[in-house]
Amino acid sequence: MSQIKYSAEHEWVQDNGDGTVLIGITDFAQQQLGDLVFVELPEVGDSISKGEEISVIESVKAASDLFAPVDGTIVEVNESLDDEPELINEDAMANWIIKVELSDASDLDDLMDEDAYQALTEEEA
Amino acid sequence: MTQSALLRTPLYDLHQELGAKLVEFAGYEMPVQYPLGVKKEHLHTRSAAGLFDVSHMGQVKLSGAKAAQALEKLVPVDIVDLPQMRQRYALFTNEEGGVLDDLMVTNAGDFLFLVVNAACKEQDIAHLQNHLEDECNIEVLSDRALLALQGPQAARIMAQLAPESAQMVFMTAKWLQLDGIECFVTRSGYSGEDGFEISVPAKQAEHLARVLLTDDDVQMIGLGARDSLRLEAGLCLYGHELSTEITPVEASLNWALSKARRADGIRPGGYLGDKTIMQQLAQGVSRKRVGIQALGKMPVRDPAELFDAGNNLIGFVSSGGFGPSVNAPIAIGFVSTELAVNGTRLFAKVRNKLVEVEVVGLPFIQANYYRGN
Repeated sequence: MSQIKYSAEHEWVQDNGDGTVLIGITDFAQQQLGDLVFVELPEVGDSISKGEEISVIESVKAASDLFAPVDGTIVEVNESLDDEPELINEDAMANWIIKVELSDASDLDDLMDEDAYQALTEEEA
Repeated sequence: MTQSALLRTPLYDLHQELGAKLVEFAGYEMPVQYPLGVKKEHLHTRSAAGLFDVSHMGQVKLSGAKAAQALEKLVPVDIVDLPQMRQRYALFTNEEGGVLDDLMVTNAGDFLFLVVNAACKEQDIAHLQNHLEDECNIEVLSDRALLALQGPQAARIMAQLAPESAQMVFMTAKWLQLDGIECFVTRSGYSGEDGFEISVPAKQAEHLARVLLTDDDVQMIGLGARDSLRLEAGLCLYGHELSTEITPVEASLNWALSKARRADGIRPGGYLGDKTIMQQLAQGVSRKRVGIQALGKMPVRDPAELFDAGNNLIGFVSSGGFGPSVNAPIAIGFVSTELAVNGTRLFAKVRNKLVEVEVVGLPFIQANYYRGN
Protein backbone atom coordinates (compact mmCIF):
# COMPACT_ATOMS: atom_id res chain seq x y z
CA MET A 1 0.00 0.00 0.00
CA SER A 2 1.51 3.26 -1.08
CA GLN A 3 1.59 6.12 1.33
CA ILE A 4 1.33 9.83 0.52
CA LYS A 5 2.99 12.56 2.51
CA TYR A 6 3.13 16.31 2.07
CA SER A 7 5.63 19.14 2.31
CA ALA A 8 4.96 22.64 3.59
CA GLU A 9 5.75 23.87 0.05
CA HIS A 10 2.70 21.95 -1.25
CA GLU A 11 4.39 18.97 -2.83
CA TRP A 12 3.03 15.46 -2.37
CA VAL A 13 5.40 12.51 -2.06
CA GLN A 14 4.18 9.01 -2.73
CA ASP A 15 6.31 6.19 -1.29
CA ASN A 16 6.49 3.39 -3.83
CA GLY A 17 7.92 1.06 -1.18
CA ASP A 18 11.00 0.21 -3.29
CA GLY A 19 13.24 3.09 -2.30
CA THR A 20 11.66 5.43 -4.86
CA VAL A 21 9.02 8.12 -4.53
CA LEU A 22 6.81 10.02 -6.96
CA ILE A 23 6.61 13.78 -6.41
CA GLY A 24 3.92 16.12 -7.59
CA ILE A 25 2.16 19.28 -6.46
CA THR A 26 -1.00 19.18 -4.40
CA ASP A 27 -4.48 20.06 -5.53
CA PHE A 28 -4.30 23.10 -3.24
CA ALA A 29 -1.13 24.22 -5.05
CA GLN A 30 -2.59 23.77 -8.53
CA GLN A 31 -5.65 25.77 -7.50
CA GLN A 32 -3.46 28.56 -6.18
CA LEU A 33 -1.36 28.61 -9.35
CA GLY A 34 -4.26 28.50 -11.78
CA ASP A 35 -4.00 27.34 -15.39
CA LEU A 36 -0.61 25.74 -15.92
CA VAL A 37 1.10 26.38 -19.23
CA PHE A 38 4.60 25.01 -18.70
CA VAL A 39 6.45 22.61 -16.43
CA GLU A 40 10.23 22.79 -16.66
CA LEU A 41 11.24 19.17 -16.14
CA PRO A 42 14.64 18.55 -14.54
CA GLU A 43 17.14 16.07 -16.00
CA VAL A 44 17.07 12.38 -15.19
CA GLY A 45 20.21 11.59 -13.20
CA ASP A 46 20.28 14.94 -11.37
CA SER A 47 20.82 14.74 -7.62
CA ILE A 48 18.49 16.83 -5.56
CA SER A 49 18.63 17.96 -1.99
CA LYS A 50 15.87 19.05 0.35
CA GLY A 51 14.71 22.62 -0.05
CA GLU A 52 16.47 23.10 -3.38
CA GLU A 53 14.57 24.49 -6.39
CA ILE A 54 14.32 21.64 -8.87
CA SER A 55 11.69 22.69 -11.36
CA VAL A 56 9.64 25.66 -12.39
CA ILE A 57 5.92 25.49 -12.87
CA GLU A 58 4.39 28.30 -14.87
CA SER A 59 0.80 29.44 -15.04
CA VAL A 60 -0.58 32.03 -17.45
CA LYS A 61 0.38 34.74 -14.98
CA ALA A 62 3.42 33.62 -13.03
CA ALA A 63 6.32 31.25 -12.50
CA SER A 64 6.60 29.24 -9.27
CA ASP A 65 9.36 26.98 -8.01
CA LEU A 66 9.07 23.31 -7.16
CA PHE A 67 11.25 22.55 -4.14
CA ALA A 68 12.80 19.16 -3.47
CA PRO A 69 11.00 17.63 -0.48
CA VAL A 70 13.64 14.88 -0.07
CA ASP A 71 17.29 14.12 -0.90
CA GLY A 72 17.89 11.74 -3.79
CA THR A 73 18.43 11.21 -7.49
CA ILE A 74 15.90 11.82 -10.24
CA VAL A 75 15.27 8.53 -12.02
CA GLU A 76 12.34 9.53 -14.21
CA VAL A 77 10.39 12.63 -15.24
CA ASN A 78 6.78 12.71 -16.38
CA GLU A 79 7.27 13.67 -20.01
CA SER A 80 3.56 13.86 -20.74
CA LEU A 81 3.63 17.20 -18.86
CA ASP A 82 5.83 18.57 -21.63
CA ASP A 83 2.88 18.67 -23.98
CA GLU A 84 0.06 18.79 -21.46
CA PRO A 85 0.97 20.74 -18.31
CA GLU A 86 -2.77 21.17 -17.78
CA LEU A 87 -2.94 17.52 -16.68
CA ILE A 88 -1.89 18.82 -13.25
CA ASN A 89 -4.89 21.15 -13.18
CA GLU A 90 -7.12 18.25 -14.13
CA ASP A 91 -5.79 15.87 -11.47
CA ALA A 92 -2.83 17.06 -9.44
CA MET A 93 -2.59 13.88 -7.35
CA ALA A 94 -2.56 11.54 -10.35
CA ASN A 95 -0.01 13.45 -12.38
CA TRP A 96 3.39 13.17 -10.77
CA ILE A 97 6.25 15.36 -11.97
CA ILE A 98 9.41 13.45 -11.01
CA LYS A 99 10.35 10.01 -9.71
CA VAL A 100 13.21 10.09 -7.20
CA GLU A 101 15.40 7.40 -5.70
CA LEU A 102 15.72 8.31 -2.03
CA SER A 103 19.16 8.79 -0.46
CA ASP A 104 17.67 8.38 2.97
CA ALA A 105 14.24 6.84 3.49
CA SER A 106 13.93 8.59 6.85
CA ASP A 107 13.38 11.86 4.94
CA LEU A 108 9.77 10.76 4.60
CA ASP A 109 9.33 10.92 8.37
CA ASP A 110 9.91 14.66 8.25
CA LEU A 111 6.97 15.22 5.92
CA MET A 112 3.36 15.85 6.94
CA ASP A 113 0.56 13.32 6.90
CA GLU A 114 -2.73 14.19 5.28
CA ASP A 115 -4.34 15.60 8.44
CA ALA A 116 -1.40 17.90 9.17
CA TYR A 117 -1.36 19.06 5.57
CA GLN A 118 -5.11 19.71 5.60
CA ALA A 119 -4.64 21.88 8.67
CA LEU A 120 -1.87 23.80 6.90
CA THR A 121 -3.94 24.52 3.82
CA GLU A 122 -6.91 25.64 5.91
CA GLU A 123 -4.59 28.07 7.62
CA GLU A 124 -3.20 29.38 4.32
CA ALA A 125 -6.50 29.50 2.42
CA MET B 1 -0.26 54.20 -2.53
CA THR B 2 -0.38 56.00 0.77
CA GLN B 3 -3.81 54.74 1.80
CA SER B 4 -3.65 51.89 4.22
CA ALA B 5 -7.13 50.57 3.46
CA LEU B 6 -7.75 49.23 -0.01
CA LEU B 7 -10.39 50.92 -2.11
CA ARG B 8 -13.30 48.98 -3.57
CA THR B 9 -15.26 49.50 -6.75
CA PRO B 10 -19.09 49.57 -6.78
CA LEU B 11 -18.98 45.96 -8.03
CA TYR B 12 -17.06 44.64 -5.02
CA ASP B 13 -20.03 42.72 -3.58
CA LEU B 14 -20.80 41.20 -6.98
CA HIS B 15 -17.19 40.06 -7.39
CA GLN B 16 -17.38 38.34 -4.02
CA GLU B 17 -20.73 36.76 -4.84
CA LEU B 18 -19.30 35.41 -8.10
CA GLY B 19 -16.35 33.81 -6.30
CA ALA B 20 -13.64 36.15 -7.55
CA LYS B 21 -10.12 35.88 -6.22
CA LEU B 22 -9.39 39.43 -5.11
CA VAL B 23 -5.94 40.99 -5.09
CA GLU B 24 -4.48 44.42 -4.42
CA PHE B 25 -4.07 46.39 -7.63
CA ALA B 26 -3.30 50.10 -7.80
CA GLY B 27 -4.69 50.57 -4.30
CA TYR B 28 -7.92 48.70 -5.07
CA GLU B 29 -9.15 45.28 -4.11
CA MET B 30 -9.73 43.88 -7.59
CA PRO B 31 -10.75 40.52 -9.07
CA VAL B 32 -7.73 38.84 -10.66
CA GLN B 33 -9.81 35.85 -11.74
CA TYR B 34 -13.15 34.13 -11.21
CA PRO B 35 -13.74 30.38 -10.74
CA LEU B 36 -13.50 29.88 -14.52
CA GLY B 37 -9.76 30.69 -14.37
CA VAL B 38 -7.55 33.02 -16.39
CA LYS B 39 -7.18 30.81 -19.46
CA LYS B 40 -10.88 30.06 -19.92
CA GLU B 41 -11.81 33.67 -19.15
CA HIS B 42 -9.39 34.76 -21.86
CA LEU B 43 -10.73 32.29 -24.41
CA HIS B 44 -14.32 33.14 -23.49
CA THR B 45 -13.67 36.82 -24.25
CA ARG B 46 -12.25 35.91 -27.66
CA SER B 47 -15.16 33.58 -28.52
CA ALA B 48 -18.18 35.21 -26.83
CA ALA B 49 -18.14 38.20 -24.47
CA GLY B 50 -16.26 39.16 -21.33
CA LEU B 51 -17.42 41.75 -18.81
CA PHE B 52 -14.66 43.64 -17.03
CA ASP B 53 -14.91 45.91 -14.03
CA VAL B 54 -12.51 48.74 -14.84
CA SER B 55 -14.01 51.17 -12.35
CA HIS B 56 -10.63 51.61 -10.72
CA MET B 57 -9.54 53.62 -13.75
CA GLY B 58 -9.90 57.38 -13.54
CA GLN B 59 -12.70 59.21 -15.35
CA VAL B 60 -12.15 62.91 -15.76
CA LYS B 61 -14.25 65.62 -17.35
CA LEU B 62 -12.52 68.64 -18.88
CA SER B 63 -14.83 71.50 -19.77
CA GLY B 64 -14.62 75.10 -20.88
CA ALA B 65 -14.32 76.76 -24.27
CA LYS B 66 -10.56 76.20 -24.42
CA ALA B 67 -10.39 72.68 -22.97
CA ALA B 68 -9.23 71.00 -26.19
CA GLN B 69 -6.58 73.65 -26.87
CA ALA B 70 -5.40 73.38 -23.27
CA LEU B 71 -5.14 69.60 -23.31
CA GLU B 72 -2.96 69.78 -26.42
CA LYS B 73 -0.23 71.26 -24.18
CA LEU B 74 0.04 67.89 -22.44
CA VAL B 75 -0.45 65.35 -25.27
CA PRO B 76 1.16 65.00 -28.74
CA VAL B 77 -2.28 64.31 -30.13
CA ASP B 78 -4.84 66.28 -32.12
CA ILE B 79 -7.60 67.17 -29.66
CA VAL B 80 -8.75 70.48 -31.18
CA ASP B 81 -9.98 68.77 -34.34
CA LEU B 82 -11.24 65.62 -32.65
CA PRO B 83 -14.77 65.35 -34.05
CA GLN B 84 -17.72 65.27 -31.71
CA MET B 85 -18.40 61.81 -30.22
CA ARG B 86 -15.05 60.52 -31.47
CA GLN B 87 -12.42 59.00 -29.25
CA ARG B 88 -8.64 59.07 -29.54
CA TYR B 89 -5.73 57.32 -27.82
CA ALA B 90 -3.37 59.82 -26.21
CA LEU B 91 -0.27 60.04 -24.04
CA PHE B 92 0.70 62.45 -21.30
CA THR B 93 4.35 63.28 -21.99
CA ASN B 94 6.92 64.92 -19.73
CA GLU B 95 9.59 67.53 -20.47
CA GLU B 96 12.02 64.80 -21.57
CA GLY B 97 9.56 63.24 -24.00
CA GLY B 98 8.90 60.28 -21.68
CA VAL B 99 5.40 59.06 -20.96
CA LEU B 100 3.55 59.87 -17.73
CA ASP B 101 0.49 57.81 -18.67
CA ASP B 102 -1.61 56.74 -21.62
CA LEU B 103 -5.25 57.69 -21.78
CA MET B 104 -8.38 57.78 -23.91
CA VAL B 105 -9.90 61.13 -24.83
CA THR B 106 -13.44 61.50 -26.15
CA ASN B 107 -15.00 64.68 -27.45
CA ALA B 108 -18.38 64.44 -25.71
CA GLY B 109 -19.64 67.70 -27.25
CA ASP B 110 -19.65 70.14 -24.36
CA PHE B 111 -16.76 68.47 -22.56
CA LEU B 112 -13.79 66.15 -23.02
CA PHE B 113 -14.10 62.77 -21.36
CA LEU B 114 -10.76 61.28 -20.25
CA VAL B 115 -10.08 57.76 -19.00
CA VAL B 116 -6.71 57.32 -17.30
CA ASN B 117 -4.94 54.40 -15.64
CA ALA B 118 -5.78 53.51 -12.05
CA ALA B 119 -2.16 53.47 -10.90
CA CYS B 120 -1.51 56.92 -12.39
CA LYS B 121 -4.79 58.69 -11.79
CA GLU B 122 -3.82 60.81 -8.78
CA GLN B 123 -0.64 61.91 -10.52
CA ASP B 124 -2.58 62.55 -13.77
CA ILE B 125 -5.18 64.68 -12.03
CA ALA B 126 -2.44 66.70 -10.32
CA HIS B 127 -0.72 67.08 -13.70
CA LEU B 128 -3.94 68.37 -15.28
CA GLN B 129 -4.52 70.76 -12.39
CA ASN B 130 -0.95 72.07 -12.45
CA HIS B 131 -1.02 72.86 -16.13
CA LEU B 132 -4.62 73.49 -17.09
CA GLU B 133 -6.48 74.77 -14.05
CA ASP B 134 -6.54 78.34 -15.36
CA GLU B 135 -7.86 77.34 -18.75
CA CYS B 136 -10.55 74.76 -18.11
CA ASN B 137 -12.61 73.02 -15.47
CA ILE B 138 -11.28 69.70 -14.29
CA GLU B 139 -13.79 67.42 -12.67
CA VAL B 140 -12.98 63.94 -11.45
CA LEU B 141 -16.01 61.72 -12.02
CA SER B 142 -15.58 59.68 -8.88
CA ASP B 143 -19.30 58.86 -8.77
CA ARG B 144 -19.10 56.82 -11.96
CA ALA B 145 -18.12 53.20 -12.52
CA LEU B 146 -16.65 51.83 -15.75
CA LEU B 147 -17.51 48.50 -17.32
CA ALA B 148 -16.01 46.98 -20.45
CA LEU B 149 -17.91 44.45 -22.52
CA GLN B 150 -15.51 42.83 -24.97
CA GLY B 151 -15.73 40.08 -27.55
CA PRO B 152 -17.51 39.02 -30.73
CA GLN B 153 -20.91 38.83 -28.98
CA ALA B 154 -20.60 42.29 -27.40
CA ALA B 155 -22.36 44.07 -30.28
CA ARG B 156 -25.35 41.68 -30.22
CA ILE B 157 -25.72 42.04 -26.45
CA MET B 158 -25.49 45.83 -26.55
CA ALA B 159 -27.94 46.05 -29.46
CA GLN B 160 -30.52 44.21 -27.36
CA LEU B 161 -30.28 46.88 -24.69
CA ALA B 162 -29.83 49.85 -27.04
CA PRO B 163 -30.43 49.18 -30.77
CA GLU B 164 -28.69 52.45 -31.74
CA SER B 165 -25.39 51.04 -30.43
CA ALA B 166 -25.22 49.07 -33.70
CA GLN B 167 -24.46 52.33 -35.56
CA MET B 168 -21.33 52.91 -33.50
CA VAL B 169 -17.96 52.09 -35.01
CA PHE B 170 -14.58 51.67 -33.32
CA MET B 171 -13.53 54.77 -31.34
CA THR B 172 -16.89 56.52 -31.38
CA ALA B 173 -19.13 57.44 -28.44
CA LYS B 174 -22.84 57.74 -27.65
CA TRP B 175 -25.09 58.42 -24.71
CA LEU B 176 -27.22 55.29 -24.42
CA GLN B 177 -30.06 54.23 -22.15
CA LEU B 178 -29.13 50.76 -20.95
CA ASP B 179 -32.03 49.21 -19.03
CA GLY B 180 -33.16 52.73 -18.17
CA ILE B 181 -29.73 53.88 -17.03
CA GLU B 182 -28.13 56.76 -18.89
CA CYS B 183 -24.60 55.68 -19.79
CA PHE B 184 -21.76 57.23 -21.74
CA VAL B 185 -20.58 54.47 -24.05
CA THR B 186 -17.57 54.23 -26.33
CA ARG B 187 -16.94 51.45 -28.84
CA SER B 188 -13.46 50.58 -27.65
CA GLY B 189 -11.58 48.50 -25.16
CA TYR B 190 -8.21 46.96 -24.53
CA SER B 191 -8.60 43.31 -25.50
CA GLY B 192 -8.14 43.47 -29.28
CA GLU B 193 -11.80 42.52 -29.68
CA ASP B 194 -14.80 44.53 -30.74
CA GLY B 195 -16.44 45.87 -27.62
CA PHE B 196 -17.71 48.75 -25.54
CA GLU B 197 -16.64 50.71 -22.50
CA ILE B 198 -19.58 51.88 -20.45
CA SER B 199 -19.36 54.76 -18.01
CA VAL B 200 -22.29 54.28 -15.64
CA PRO B 201 -23.37 56.05 -12.43
CA ALA B 202 -21.73 54.15 -9.57
CA LYS B 203 -25.06 53.46 -7.85
CA GLN B 204 -26.44 51.69 -10.92
CA ALA B 205 -23.28 49.82 -11.92
CA GLU B 206 -24.12 46.58 -10.15
CA HIS B 207 -27.61 46.54 -11.62
CA LEU B 208 -26.23 47.05 -15.13
CA ALA B 209 -23.57 44.36 -14.64
CA ARG B 210 -26.28 41.92 -13.51
CA VAL B 211 -28.40 42.76 -16.56
CA LEU B 212 -25.44 42.10 -18.87
CA LEU B 213 -24.65 38.86 -17.02
CA THR B 214 -28.15 37.49 -17.70
CA ASP B 215 -26.98 36.84 -21.26
CA ASP B 216 -25.54 33.32 -21.49
CA ASP B 217 -22.63 34.60 -23.57
CA VAL B 218 -21.38 36.97 -20.85
CA GLN B 219 -18.85 35.99 -18.20
CA MET B 220 -17.11 38.25 -15.70
CA ILE B 221 -13.40 38.46 -16.52
CA GLY B 222 -10.60 39.34 -14.11
CA LEU B 223 -7.39 41.32 -14.38
CA GLY B 224 -5.38 38.18 -15.18
CA ALA B 225 -7.13 37.61 -18.49
CA ARG B 226 -7.33 41.35 -19.13
CA ASP B 227 -3.54 41.37 -19.15
CA SER B 228 -3.10 38.30 -21.39
CA LEU B 229 -5.72 39.68 -23.81
CA ARG B 230 -3.96 43.04 -24.14
CA LEU B 231 -0.58 41.30 -24.47
CA GLU B 232 -1.85 39.22 -27.41
CA ALA B 233 -3.34 42.39 -28.86
CA GLY B 234 0.13 43.98 -28.69
CA LEU B 235 -1.13 46.92 -26.65
CA CYS B 236 1.08 48.95 -24.32
CA LEU B 237 0.65 48.79 -20.57
CA TYR B 238 1.81 51.65 -18.40
CA GLY B 239 4.72 50.59 -16.19
CA HIS B 240 5.75 47.99 -18.76
CA GLU B 241 5.88 49.37 -22.31
CA LEU B 242 5.38 52.97 -21.22
CA SER B 243 7.22 54.93 -18.57
CA THR B 244 8.98 58.22 -18.02
CA GLU B 245 12.10 56.48 -19.38
CA ILE B 246 10.45 55.45 -22.66
CA THR B 247 9.28 57.85 -25.36
CA PRO B 248 6.25 57.22 -27.62
CA VAL B 249 8.60 56.84 -30.62
CA GLU B 250 10.61 54.16 -28.82
CA ALA B 251 7.32 52.48 -27.86
CA SER B 252 6.46 52.30 -31.60
CA LEU B 253 3.44 54.51 -31.03
CA ASN B 254 4.12 56.82 -34.00
CA TRP B 255 0.56 56.11 -35.19
CA ALA B 256 -0.69 57.83 -32.03
CA LEU B 257 1.31 61.01 -32.71
CA SER B 258 -1.19 63.03 -34.72
CA LYS B 259 -0.10 64.55 -38.05
CA ALA B 260 -1.39 67.96 -36.95
CA ARG B 261 1.07 68.04 -34.07
CA ARG B 262 4.16 66.96 -36.02
CA ALA B 263 6.87 69.24 -37.39
CA ASP B 264 5.05 69.63 -40.71
CA GLY B 265 1.57 69.70 -39.19
CA ILE B 266 -0.83 72.59 -38.73
CA ARG B 267 -0.19 72.85 -34.97
CA PRO B 268 3.33 71.46 -34.58
CA GLY B 269 4.70 70.72 -31.11
CA GLY B 270 3.53 72.80 -28.19
CA TYR B 271 3.38 69.83 -25.80
CA LEU B 272 5.78 68.75 -23.08
CA GLY B 273 8.83 67.01 -24.53
CA ASP B 274 7.96 68.11 -28.08
CA LYS B 275 11.58 68.79 -29.08
CA THR B 276 12.75 65.30 -28.16
CA ILE B 277 9.79 63.58 -29.77
CA MET B 278 9.97 65.59 -33.01
CA GLN B 279 13.71 64.99 -33.21
CA GLN B 280 13.18 61.25 -32.71
CA LEU B 281 10.48 61.23 -35.40
CA ALA B 282 12.91 62.88 -37.80
CA GLN B 283 16.08 61.01 -36.90
CA GLY B 284 14.88 57.72 -35.51
CA VAL B 285 15.56 56.09 -32.16
CA SER B 286 18.18 53.64 -30.94
CA ARG B 287 15.66 51.15 -29.54
CA LYS B 288 12.14 50.11 -30.45
CA ARG B 289 9.24 48.10 -29.11
CA VAL B 290 8.71 44.75 -30.85
CA GLY B 291 6.87 41.47 -30.45
CA ILE B 292 8.89 38.58 -29.05
CA GLN B 293 7.97 34.96 -29.73
CA ALA B 294 9.66 32.33 -27.58
CA LEU B 295 10.72 29.43 -29.76
CA GLY B 296 10.35 26.84 -27.01
CA LYS B 297 7.50 26.31 -24.61
CA MET B 298 8.98 28.19 -21.69
CA PRO B 299 7.33 31.57 -21.07
CA VAL B 300 9.69 34.54 -21.21
CA ARG B 301 8.52 37.15 -18.73
CA ASP B 302 9.50 40.70 -17.89
CA PRO B 303 12.06 41.98 -17.04
CA ALA B 304 14.18 39.31 -18.79
CA GLU B 305 17.24 40.73 -20.52
CA LEU B 306 17.66 40.17 -24.26
CA PHE B 307 20.96 39.31 -25.92
CA ASP B 308 22.12 39.01 -29.51
CA ALA B 309 23.99 36.00 -30.92
CA GLY B 310 27.26 37.60 -29.81
CA ASN B 311 26.03 37.68 -26.19
CA ASN B 312 25.67 41.47 -26.18
CA LEU B 313 22.87 42.92 -24.04
CA ILE B 314 20.57 44.55 -26.60
CA GLY B 315 17.25 44.97 -24.83
CA PHE B 316 14.69 43.71 -22.36
CA VAL B 317 11.29 42.08 -22.16
CA SER B 318 8.67 44.59 -20.97
CA SER B 319 5.70 42.17 -20.72
CA GLY B 320 5.67 38.45 -21.18
CA GLY B 321 3.59 35.41 -20.45
CA PHE B 322 1.45 32.88 -22.19
CA GLY B 323 -1.10 33.75 -24.85
CA PRO B 324 -4.04 31.39 -24.47
CA SER B 325 -5.40 32.21 -27.96
CA VAL B 326 -2.08 31.83 -29.75
CA ASN B 327 -1.40 28.88 -27.39
CA ALA B 328 2.24 29.83 -27.01
CA PRO B 329 4.52 31.94 -24.86
CA ILE B 330 4.55 35.54 -26.11
CA ALA B 331 6.17 38.77 -25.03
CA ILE B 332 6.70 42.40 -25.87
CA GLY B 333 10.12 43.94 -25.50
CA PHE B 334 12.51 46.69 -26.48
CA VAL B 335 15.51 45.95 -28.70
CA SER B 336 18.19 47.94 -30.52
CA THR B 337 16.62 49.40 -33.65
CA GLU B 338 18.90 47.49 -36.02
CA LEU B 339 17.59 44.24 -34.51
CA ALA B 340 13.93 45.31 -34.58
CA VAL B 341 13.37 43.32 -37.75
CA ASN B 342 10.89 40.45 -37.92
CA GLY B 343 12.64 37.09 -37.92
CA THR B 344 15.70 38.26 -35.96
CA ARG B 345 16.81 35.55 -33.54
CA LEU B 346 17.70 36.70 -30.05
CA PHE B 347 18.19 35.16 -26.62
CA ALA B 348 16.26 35.93 -23.45
CA LYS B 349 17.85 35.24 -20.10
CA VAL B 350 15.38 33.22 -18.05
CA ARG B 351 16.56 31.98 -14.66
CA ASN B 352 20.16 32.37 -15.82
CA LYS B 353 19.63 30.28 -18.93
CA LEU B 354 19.49 31.66 -22.46
CA VAL B 355 16.27 30.85 -24.30
CA GLU B 356 16.01 31.44 -28.04
CA VAL B 357 13.36 33.95 -29.13
CA GLU B 358 12.41 35.63 -32.38
CA VAL B 359 11.39 39.20 -33.15
CA VAL B 360 7.87 39.16 -34.60
CA GLY B 361 5.31 41.72 -35.69
CA LEU B 362 2.57 42.90 -33.33
CA PRO B 363 -0.20 42.07 -32.62
CA PHE B 364 -0.13 38.34 -31.94
CA ILE B 365 -3.80 38.05 -32.83
CA GLN B 366 -5.70 39.95 -35.47
CA ALA B 367 -7.70 42.79 -33.95
CA ASN B 368 -11.45 42.48 -34.46
CA TYR B 369 -12.42 46.12 -34.08
CA TYR B 370 -15.67 47.07 -35.79
CA ARG B 371 -14.99 49.82 -38.31
CA GLY B 372 -18.27 49.62 -40.19
CA ASN B 373 -19.28 47.68 -43.28
